[in-house]
Amino acid sequence: MRKDVYITDYNCVTPLGTDVSSNWNALLKGESGVALHKIIENQEAFFASKINSEKLEEEFNRFFGYAQKDNRDFTRLEKMFLLCLKPLVEKHHITEETAFILSTTKGNISLLKNQSSLQEGVYLSGLAQKIADFFGFKAKPIVVSNACVSGVMAIAVAKNMIQAGKYKDAFVVAGDEISEFVISGFNSFQAIGSEPCKPYDKNRNGINLGEATAAAYITSTPSENEKFRFKILGDSAINDANHISGPSRTGDGLFASVKNAMTEAGVSAEQIDFVSAHGTATLYNDEMEAIAFNRMELQNVPLNSMKGYYGHCLGASGLLESIISMESALHGILIPSKNFDEPGISQPLHIIKENQPAEINYILKTASGFGGCNAAIVLEKC
Amino acid sequence: MKKTDTCTIEQSTITVNGNVVFESQSETFPEFAKEAYKSLEISYPKFHKMDHLSKLAFLAAEILLKDQDNSRTALVFANRSSSLDTDFKYQESINYQENYFPSPAVFVYTLPNICIGEISIRHQMQTENAFFVLDELDENFLNEYSHQILQSGKAEKVLCGWVELYQESYNAFVYLLTI
Repeated sequence: MRKDVYITDYNCVTPLGTDVSSNWNALLKGESGVALHKIIENQEAFFASKINSEKLEEEFNRFFGYAQKDNRDFTRLEKMFLLCLKPLVEKHHITEETAFILSTTKGNISLLKNQSSLQEGVYLSGLAQKIADFFGFKAKPIVVSNACVSGVMAIAVAKNMIQAGKYKDAFVVAGDEISEFVISGFNSFQAIGSEPCKPYDKNRNGINLGEATAAAYITSTPSENEKFRFKILGDSAINDANHISGPSRTGDGLFASVKNAMTEAGVSAEQIDFVSAHGTATLYNDEMEAIAFNRMELQNVPLNSMKGYYGHCLGASGLLESIISMESALHGILIPSKNFDEPGISQPLHIIKENQPAEINYILKTASGFGGCNAAIVLEKC
Repeated sequence: MKKTDTCTIEQSTITVNGNVVFESQSETFPEFAKEAYKSLEISYPKFHKMDHLSKLAFLAAEILLKDQDNSRTALVFANRSSSLDTDFKYQESINYQENYFPSPAVFVYTLPNICIGEISIRHQMQTENAFFVLDELDENFLNEYSHQILQSGKAEKVLCGWVELYQESYNAFVYLLTI
């Protein structure tokens, strides 16, 4: 019998707030972090969900003023990681059997600019070790870097490594920041939308990038005083084996990921109460998802994409969106898929249009990304 | 869990299960990769468009996966330098305003898991995949993670391995695991 593994605590740092409750309240009011930002010199502004750097600095000094006196230098992204993890580390004890899992796609990539050689900080394992050392983690950090599915996979990795018996619990943290590197790259693909992104909508024309950090505490031995518990019932991450930068036309990889995760969970399509989808607002991604969900007979299950609120936060998005799904379940409220108006996909989906009360017990969270990767997890509110 | 086959690529030499299958005098990775491709009689034009990390992973996987049934084989890879080799090249294309040419064909390789995607496409593997970045090769970790995939029934075999490359420094250590 494999061990039961639970998420019992989480936190996030986004443009909408530096804790979960401020994020949740902003979402209920329909607020979005997406706005026009000048990111690349001599180029027009892009719509992106960016954290105000001055506010971030203020928050960081409020919580970590002492750390700076300690003469440590932290990058902007590292500050986002530290702020996000701190409340969790204060509540849950770190032992020899505690894993530290970090999910990111590009880490401190901005440190590459105008350099002739690599700085230590651009190595993802170096970044993870720095955060781990700051909080006193004893186990070696594990970095998950699977493009845009990293955040969902990080939860799966925690579950699998705890079930392997190596760890009793895990802190999972996911983060990526907006950089010229990533913006220019997506722009070269002509994948960036010219307005706030509209997942699944007829008039969608591309993504908005975003930035955030998200963190979760995952354990096989929850204490009695946890405020909530979500059991991680199943997971899977299947490759499309089709194209390295284009979504599959058949949705094969996403379909198989969802199928495997639901099979492991022992949960049928009728039992799923809510799908937190990827929904990037590119033509092909959203269409691919519609096909895959229909193949799984999930077309009638309420579904949203959070990209209209947070943009696409790359390695952070899967964990951030999982956290918001769990908040939805705890509050019994489904959040609309922001900026969705008229369907623009060839197959039907039940896209949530306004805040609505709902009993949510089983959540399906999915993501898809470059390299043909897909990931799915099933969570149960306990 | 059994380790059935192993492939190592380093210092312009490819070794399979302890036997050298290809050696080259070439001094650079791209030359070595091209010669290995020819010598192994691979016919897959997409190979020439791949970045160096993908070429390294592709060659190691090719030898262990060819003529096999790979429909239930998962891919679990790791390295230290992520995609920094290509990241650095991409960054050079956007460093200067007067010489600003970001290319989608380069940008797509600025993710380490792309090399797994290339292997999946080559061998038509719609299977479990994962890429980790670790400060050094940790075979125990890779084996434990693979064991979970095998035990849960999500795959019957795992192609597991370390594919590290930054500029001219590279090494691959890839092996097949079954339950």
